[in-house]
Amino acid sequence: MNRLAYFGLAFIVLLVLVALFAPWIATHDVGVPDLLARYKGPSAEHWLGTDATGRDIFSRVVFGARISLQVGLVVVSVSSVVGITIGALAGYYGGWIDRVVSGYLFNVFLAFPGLLLAIAMVAFLGAGLNKLILALCVIGWVGYARVMRGQVLKVREYDFVQAARALGARDWRILFFHVLPNAVQPLIVQASLGMAGAVLSEASLSFLGLGVPPPAPSWGVMLEEARDLATLQRAPHAMLAPGLAIALTVLAFNFLGDGLREYLDPRQRKR
Amino acid sequence: MKHKLLDIARRVLILLLVVWTVVSLVTILIELVPGDPATAILGDAATPEALEQFRRKHGLDRPAFFFSYAEGEGLRWNGAENRYVDYWRLILRGDMGNSFRTDRPVRELILSRYGATIQLAIAALLVAVSIAVPLGVVAGTNRGNLLDNALSVVALVGISLPSFVVGPLLIYVFAVWLGWLSPSGRFGWSSIILPAITLGAALSALLTRMVRSSVIEEMGEDYVRTARAKGLNERTVVYKHVLKNGLIPVVTILGLQLGVLLAGAIITEKIFNWPGLGLLLVEEGINKRDYRLVQGCVLVISVTYILANTLTDLLYRRLDPRIRVS
Repeated sequence: MNRLAYFGLAFIVLLVLVALFAPWIATHDVGVPDLLARYKGPSAEHWLGTDATGRDIFSRVVFGARISLQVGLVVVSVSSVVGITIGALAGYYGGWIDRVVSGYLFNVFLAFPGLLLAIAMVAFLGAGLNKLILALCVIGWVGYARVMRGQVLKVREYDFVQAARALGARDWRILFFHVLPNAVQPLIVQASLGMAGAVLSEASLSFLGLGVPPPAPSWGVMLEEARDLATLQRAPHAMLAPGLAIALTVLAFNFLGDGLREYLDPRQRKR
Repeated sequence: MKHKLLDIARRVLILLLVVWTVVSLVTILIELVPGDPATAILGDAATPEALEQFRRKHGLDRPAFFFSYAEGEGLRWNGAENRYVDYWRLILRGDMGNSFRTDRPVRELILSRYGATIQLAIAALLVAVSIAVPLGVVAGTNRGNLLDNALSVVALVGISLPSFVVGPLLIYVFAVWLGWLSPSGRFGWSSIILPAITLGAALSALLTRMVRSSVIEEMGEDYVRTARAKGLNERTVVYKHVLKNGLIPVVTILGLQLGVLLAGAIITEKIFNWPGLGLLLVEEGINKRDYRLVQGCVLVISVTYILANTLTDLLYRRLDPRIRVS
């Protein structure tokens, strides 16, 4: 793997630790406004300063890691399981299942802006963490299904699969023990890029007021609260911290995904 | 010829299927609203008569779909007199119903904002191309050296920077700190600069990578060797020969990205208070629970997106005769 991928991995490990130990790392209560300490710059008391209602930005960014990773993990796990199952069935059985999945569903989902579908769903369902996760899963599974279907089509014809079939192995056994392990590599890359996408989408929807409701320390919500002119004039740092957190997290997962893709595909490896 | 006609027929069929699905989704989504749209809009204090009148006016008293299921009654067939068919009838007449809030036709509201969004998307596209082509060529012709690596990292950083981070940052630097540009709104030509950069930034990063790999690929072709052998200088080789061929795949990405820009414009419009479709969708539609307006906006944005993709595909075929044959 290249150096950037290691940087990504290191940042992700750090992020996971921060999220796990957030209550011990945070220096202040994230939800309590302190109107006497509004728009404070970075200091020993408030490491990254305070926002428009005097809440400690450092603590909020720390707890924000929890929301981002939680959404990312749930969305990636659910949509990968759904996508892998559908993709495997379509690729393995072919026929009308494949025609419906790859001929119709893939085309529809490709032809539709994902973020817009998520926005539309949440607009009608109402805002909230669970609805946001649901919406992101609905748009997320297609990527995994496409990768899995392609892999299955390729691996299906390999000799060892044919041998397993000749030995009388059942379909699910072939799919699970023979096809899946050979298709797992590009799926890992997809999952890493999927984490970046989920973190970004969560922040986008929360920024639009369609995700996690405001008092919660979501990075998207923090950015939305910090971008009005009064706050920009008096406390530009209130926007920098969550912005940097989002950018670095997305960057880390993208670096890792890109690095993994290069590493797992020897033809792309430079050295 | 027969083959070509079949291909076009297949494409049109898929296009129609996709549009049908999108309209159906938009129609059905309104049924997801928890509770009752009439109460959501008129409030809990509304009289039963007012609620009833509102429902009748907007056709919400009719069954939602061809069949319905109710506890006790079981499955019931409603026939064609349902809201799904109603909405389709409206659409086919080129109508999108009336706003739940203001009672103005949704079509009128959307048309008044459509131009601003298209203007923003095209401006962003121009920004992206004018950044990406020179950077991509520089990176591609300097393959593997420090400059190339640096540009690659910058491009990846650019892709990872969401517009709601870039936008407020630009507002802070150019509006609050330097005071050169206005932080929001749409008046005068200068007000489009910041939104266009914000929307185009991620695309320019993506395009830089595309142009780079495309240039690298073309540089290895025979015609490049011929051009060099003729004694042309490197500048002419790169800009007249390589770029002409290398930009073909980039055009595809551009067209596909025009659709992404339209969807992405929702966030940029909100940041800069740019009066386009996205702002209409979020501020007037979603925030005020004007579901009819939300339906219209989602529909128009998606159909524009789908059409942009289809047009790109056709344009791509015209640009590169090699593709037309296969």
